[in-house]
Amino acid sequence: MKAFAALLDALVYTTSRNRKLSLLADYLRDTSDPDRGWAMAALTGELDFPAVKSSTIRNLMKDRVDPVLWSLSRDFVGDTAETASLLWPGGNSDVHPPSVAEVVELLANLTRASAPAELPKLLDQLNPNGRFALIKLATGGMRIGVSARLAKTAFAQAFDVAVEEVEEYWHALDAPYPELFAWAAEGGDPPDVSNRPRFRPFMLAHPLEDTVVDLTDFAVEWKWDGIRVQLVRVAGQTRLYSRSGDDISATFPELLDAMPLDAVLDGELLVRGSQQGGEIGGAASFNALQQRLGRKTVSKKMLAEFPAFVRLYDALIVEGEDLREWAWSKRRTALEKLIARLPESHFDLSSLVEARNFEHLAAIREGTREDAIEGLMLKRRDSAYIAGRKVGLWYKWKRDPLLVDCVLMYAQRGSGKRSSFYSDYTFGCWDGDPDQGAELLPVGKAYSGFTDAELKKLDRLVRQTTLNRFGPVREVERTLVFEVAFDSVHSSKRHKSGLAMRFPRIHRIRWDKPVHEADRIENLRSLIRD
Amino acid sequence: MSAPFSWIRSEPWGVHVVPADCWVDPGRAVERALVTHGHADHARGGHGETIATSETLAIMELRYDTRAGTTPVQYGETIKIGGSVDATFVPAGHVLGSAQILLEHAGERVVITGDYKRRPDPTCTPFEVIPCDIFITEATFGLPVFTHPPIEEEIGKLSRALSDHPDRCVLVGAYALGKAQRVIAELRAAGHGDPIYLHGAMEKMCQLYQDHGVDLGELRLVGDHDKQDMRGSIVVCPPSALNDRWSRRLPDPITAMASGWMRVRQRARQRGVELPLVISDHADWNELTATIDEVDPVETWITHGREEALLRWCELGQRRARALALVGREDEDE
Repeated sequence: MKAFAALLDALVYTTSRNRKLSLLADYLRDTSDPDRGWAMAALTGELDFPAVKSSTIRNLMKDRVDPVLWSLSRDFVGDTAETASLLWPGGNSDVHPPSVAEVVELLANLTRASAPAELPKLLDQLNPNGRFALIKLATGGMRIGVSARLAKTAFAQAFDVAVEEVEEYWHALDAPYPELFAWAAEGGDPPDVSNRPRFRPFMLAHPLEDTVVDLTDFAVEWKWDGIRVQLVRVAGQTRLYSRSGDDISATFPELLDAMPLDAVLDGELLVRGSQQGGEIGGAASFNALQQRLGRKTVSKKMLAEFPAFVRLYDALIVEGEDLREWAWSKRRTALEKLIARLPESHFDLSSLVEARNFEHLAAIREGTREDAIEGLMLKRRDSAYIAGRKVGLWYKWKRDPLLVDCVLMYAQRGSGKRSSFYSDYTFGCWDGDPDQGAELLPVGKAYSGFTDAELKKLDRLVRQTTLNRFGPVREVERTLVFEVAFDSVHSSKRHKSGLAMRFPRIHRIRWDKPVHEADRIENLRSLIRD
Repeated sequence: MSAPFSWIRSEPWGVHVVPADCWVDPGRAVERALVTHGHADHARGGHGETIATSETLAIMELRYDTRAGTTPVQYGETIKIGGSVDATFVPAGHVLGSAQILLEHAGERVVITGDYKRRPDPTCTPFEVIPCDIFITEATFGLPVFTHPPIEEEIGKLSRALSDHPDRCVLVGAYALGKAQRVIAELRAAGHGDPIYLHGAMEKMCQLYQDHGVDLGELRLVGDHDKQDMRGSIVVCPPSALNDRWSRRLPDPITAMASGWMRVRQRARQRGVELPLVISDHADWNELTATIDEVDPVETWITHGREEALLRWCELGQRRARALALVGREDEDE
């Protein structure tokens, strides 16, 4: 538990992705089985101990600490696990801490009835950092910025194996993944995962930019604004994976139930509606899908209000036959045949965009904004399905971004290399006529789209025009206009301005433009396509 | 005969010793001030007469205008003020020259701790327990979550970070008066003999400590050296410079901060600290409560900090206590 607690602590204080990777890789190399496997499962949120809840911890503390002192402390610290780890009357010693595996085994055998007596025995063997690690492990929700993708990358880095292979095996195996470590760390045979619903890395696209392609070589599809998913069914077990390989099956149970045959399918997860692409063959906006994302359980109401479906792009494996080596056009024919066997309620086929030539296609792309579709996908007709982003096979051709002029309002220090620079900018638009006393309301935040030289200049401006400081944030005088690019804008109850931008980034810095000429909220609102 | 302890009054800007017409650690300029130690939330310039230990006066002279009149006192020395109040300065163990002030009048004894700690500190004289009727204590870390680990552990973390990353430097944010010198002295005690680099704002105070016999070893100014020279070294700066442009001249610094607040993860994260060092010059929760038990006063008055929790602790132990609302008292680490 000592090394795991130290790892957790180091991850908490590290913002740089590269340093997180090397911390994780070091831990995986230096720790033995099965501790390292359990630790990875804990960090990626794959462990669940139903007998221990945050309230279990609070109740334990109630018996040990005066309630007034507890609540004063909890308010100051802001985190139940951390407060409990500091207030536990066990002191600082951890002479014989249990191993991660012992902890996992004990936690897994707990019941709601036995937890109040058994947990204290564990807590007594640990120091404050160990107790923090234990409580986080037991109650879930590490929130230390380690995604499944980051963990897999670290694993690949630790043992010098290909991350694509790690991804192939990872989800097919169960914690603590002995087969995975035997293969990567000990040089054993690759795990046999043929009968498991595992994730296959996606084939990805490059931006088209200035490339011109011949449409006799390339097929074209719409680029729908949902999330890319992979639906896998093997021997009757079904899983839904996100683009990063996270298992999101629990969030969309209706799709698992609707899958009638063993296959691996690639598609866009969308919600029924007409905001994108209209009544026929359209879908709801991304905003609607967002209501469903990130939930552990789904209510009947959510299912009825935001019915999800998969618009299929590709078939990787169908009933045991691997199609990935096939040309796209042959896979497409197979997919068109397959769709007849899938329920219409939860599946449809991504339709092809017919264009006479590239110029005609460019004209069609111009119209995607009106249809609220993200853009176009261009796929080489003779290309196999190849994991990763191989040049020349698939292109994405997004519609042009929307642009709006906003005024810099707040700046926040960046992290890592940028920690001495004010590099994250919050900007606003006018809520009326600025010459009639209108005010600026924040509409978005961006931290990219400028050069290092521009960053230095912006940093200087922030320091010279600071009005107020709130911790790492500075409020600045309203002197600078940003031309902000963004993909779309949606209504949002969470923001005072009533809207939220997708992918905002600084397009140009308008050092020349007076702030009263920046855009008004109403201009931005007129672009909402919810 | 006036009511018991009516001669000592708490006002928002300081404690008023009525019969001597003088103030302890006043937040505004007064005719006569007794000053416990040199931190800015206790010491300020512009008083008519400033009474403090000679070390505290030397520190104040670096920072403020104290020329109007100073009366140096030694630890253990008792001076009479205003004819009827005896004041004795007793070591507080907080920083160089820091003192508790024992005030005696009409057979009643009041101790004002100023800021204090109970841990050993190579840069100052250790705290002494003095029996009294009213004990006016600080409560900066007056929450039971604050227990400072042994300083050897924290210095060990610092040394490990240094040896794990020979191409980088460790930048330690530490308050310029007290914390910085204590961290340096503890590093020296742990066998760290290499030169330590200083932010310019630290130079004079470190010199003052050395002039008072505190050995800090070889110190160099960051401004006099190239980036490359500082690889594998410790650099000490005020907390405000940690994420400032100034740090760009350092070789890929690991940001550390020495403060009792580092006990709480979010506090460290908010400041962008990678290596939190829980090192404090204040008493932690256990020291605060143990000290009250040892002193065993008739009444405990609690100032600047998290008074509520300590007040609650007194209530649970059936001790008489009250919170004083002094303004302008700040956590020097913030």
